[in-house]
Amino acid sequence: MAVVAFVVFLLLYLTPGDPAAILAGDAATSDDIRRIREKLGLDDPFHERFGQWLWRLAHGDLGTSIFTNLPVTQLIGQRIEPTLSLTFCTLVISVLVAVPLGVVAAARAGTWVDRAVMAISVGGFSIPVFVLAYVLIYTFSIELEWLPVQGYSPIREGVVQWARHLVLPSIALGTVYIALIARMTRAAMLDVLAQDYVRTAQAKGLAPGEVLIGHALKNAAVPIATVIGIGIALLIGGAIVTETVFALPGIGRLTVDAILRRDYPIIQGVVLMFSAAYVLINLAVDLSYMFFDPRIRY
Amino acid sequence: MTRRLRWFAAAAVAAAIAGPWAGSALAQQKVLKFIPQADLRILDPIATTAYITRNHGYMVYDTLFAIDDKFQVKPQMVGKHEVSKDGLTYTFTLRDGLKFHDGAPVKSADCIASIDRWSKRDALGQKLAEATESWTAVDDKTFRLKLKKPFPLALDALAKPSSNVPFIMPERIAKTDPFKNIDDPTGSGPFKMVKAEWVPGNKVVYVKNNDYVPRKEPPSWASGGKVAKVDRVEWIYIPDSATAAAAMNAGEADIWEQVPPDLIPLLAKNKQITVKNNDPLGSMGMIRFNFLHPPFNNEKMRQALFYAVNQQDYVIGIAGDPKNGKPCYSYFTCGTPLSSEVSAEPLKGKRDLDKAKQLVKESGYKGEKVVIIDATDQPIVHSQSLLTLENLKKIGVNAEIQAGDWGTLITRRAVKEPIDKGGWNIFHTWLVGPDMVNPAVNFPIRGTGEKAWFGWPTDAKMEELREAWFNAKDAAESKKAADAVQKRAFEFVPIIPTGQFILPTAFRSNISGLIIAPINLLWNVEKK
Repeated sequence: MAVVAFVVFLLLYLTPGDPAAILAGDAATSDDIRRIREKLGLDDPFHERFGQWLWRLAHGDLGTSIFTNLPVTQLIGQRIEPTLSLTFCTLVISVLVAVPLGVVAAARAGTWVDRAVMAISVGGFSIPVFVLAYVLIYTFSIELEWLPVQGYSPIREGVVQWARHLVLPSIALGTVYIALIARMTRAAMLDVLAQDYVRTAQAKGLAPGEVLIGHALKNAAVPIATVIGIGIALLIGGAIVTETVFALPGIGRLTVDAILRRDYPIIQGVVLMFSAAYVLINLAVDLSYMFFDPRIRY
Repeated sequence: MTRRLRWFAAAAVAAAIAGPWAGSALAQQKVLKFIPQADLRILDPIATTAYITRNHGYMVYDTLFAIDDKFQVKPQMVGKHEVSKDGLTYTFTLRDGLKFHDGAPVKSADCIASIDRWSKRDALGQKLAEATESWTAVDDKTFRLKLKKPFPLALDALAKPSSNVPFIMPERIAKTDPFKNIDDPTGSGPFKMVKAEWVPGNKVVYVKNNDYVPRKEPPSWASGGKVAKVDRVEWIYIPDSATAAAAMNAGEADIWEQVPPDLIPLLAKNKQITVKNNDPLGSMGMIRFNFLHPPFNNEKMRQALFYAVNQQDYVIGIAGDPKNGKPCYSYFTCGTPLSSEVSAEPLKGKRDLDKAKQLVKESGYKGEKVVIIDATDQPIVHSQSLLTLENLKKIGVNAEIQAGDWGTLITRRAVKEPIDKGGWNIFHTWLVGPDMVNPAVNFPIRGTGEKAWFGWPTDAKMEELREAWFNAKDAAESKKAADAVQKRAFEFVPIIPTGQFILPTAFRSNISGLIIAPINLLWNVEKK
């Protein structure tokens, strides 16, 4: 985390761009910009700015946005719920659809079912998220008028509205993850299904479903859990395109907007939060291996 | 679980799912959903010239004076005012009942502090400050401006319609350093910002200011009665234009401030939506040169480009449809009193590439590389950059585009070094009509060298002519002086105007009362 903090700060220091120029507006003069830079402390030496930032960080303060004057923690707080909601819904849809598809494809390997699942998977990888998003909006929002086009409704304002706003973005974003998880499940299941203990279970006369779910899937779960874990980390890191197309106020858009405006405190805060999230998610995934495979011990 | 308990549990879950809004007061309110041109990031209309912040300013603040659709100055917060016979003393009295959103009455001290802060940032405000001897509060509602020398534009300055607008803030806020960005949106305007609901990058919420006392006159631009006819206004920022169009089609938004040209036909198909030009002045595109380095430190090089630029191409490039723009061969916004085609011959008529090439040759151009800095995330900038590149190549100039985003462009244009050290030769931008109506606000024509806008031209003659315009005693003199400024601009070429364009507004059929003005103003707007 400390390395991340230093590298991010250094990169932003070296990156061209001046928030004072953006803040001042198109009609500002060089003199206006110089005076704003002074007020913001942007001319201070690197070690001073980094030291001040570290000091504030040590006190739980991620700083204040240069443009909105709002605390970075507040800005992240506003965006975390839509991002976590989108992540949750996307993963629920992805896992519920992809794992059964992968299991069925493996169980019927080489048949038309397997080929159909793989075709769906290739399609899921190939369709750009924004194309699918526009098709979904046109079909379900404009033509059928079933779901809203854009925006986010916080869960405290009603679960139904919350879910209605997340259905289309989750499907659009989940398609890629369905493809990824389905392929990974199929591959892991094929590997496990070739093992001796599966043949033994079948020879003992266990029902095919019990062999597939109880014996094969549980043992294939480690790589699947790894992929899902990476997926969570990527989703929290920002599903920029999905958030932009559906006007979801998530962390991804916050990050991109901050980069475009050179709002350094937000960029630093968000990157630090990402790195913390990655560490925690990886830890959780590693710990989950013990549940799926009792032979794994740390 | 007993049957009764199960019913109770089911009812509790249903209530949770329905959410607290069902049947709530908000559902009864008239909520206007507005898609703004940009995301509101900065709340301080003095610290920035960003148009979105100016528009926010009009929601929450009021002004002492305002311009109407006939370019006349009208009192707004001021109830009555007197000017001494020598033109050196102005006495203003505020209207009755003016209150800030925190309940405090608007006092003379608030007005004086607000004008003082504004005049430290705004060019016209600085000009007024130069002529000012003092501002004094006579009593809570009356204050006086004493001038050192006559300044006929004093009221025009206080009525300035575009950035920076002299909005009136409470004294406690207006005392803030003008180079420091304020974050308290307390004003006395017709709407109050609900800061707790502000999600930058997504939503800004305003509610009707029930304490606001509108003027009796009908609204005309930013003057007249500012009657809020909806309870709540939500600015919903939708970064993707296709999604914004879909939101309009689905009825999730009522007004879309600026529709990109390529989406106008899509919206026009919907009978529930009207796409209309509400902006009588539009915007003006421009090519800006760097005067510090070759080759555009040479007047003939700048003049050469006049003969290659076809404004119609630029208008189509920016606005898509010729109906949404027109050539404007003037340094002052076409359709306003000072616009004219005086000395505009190099820019109008049949384009003359031979003449352009001859001027390039006469300038002594030696094939130096010319760098156009471009912002591909700004279609208006990008389309102009591509056209200028083509024009320069046509006349034998070794030009290239260096593309980035808007943030990079406006940082890089502040670099005064030559191009091999990160400098530049040309950039493009645009200004809204009100920002180019006269020599006072038209900052790109200024020739104050290091203190001038990016490009830093030095042109003492232009400054003299501008000063003469300020001293004009009547409309005829003013027009004559403005023509002289324009004549000089066509010689010196501080910028090349690339045409006048509009980005129309879309609104649904249940919306009425939109004010035709160069700024989207949301008072008087009704939603059925």
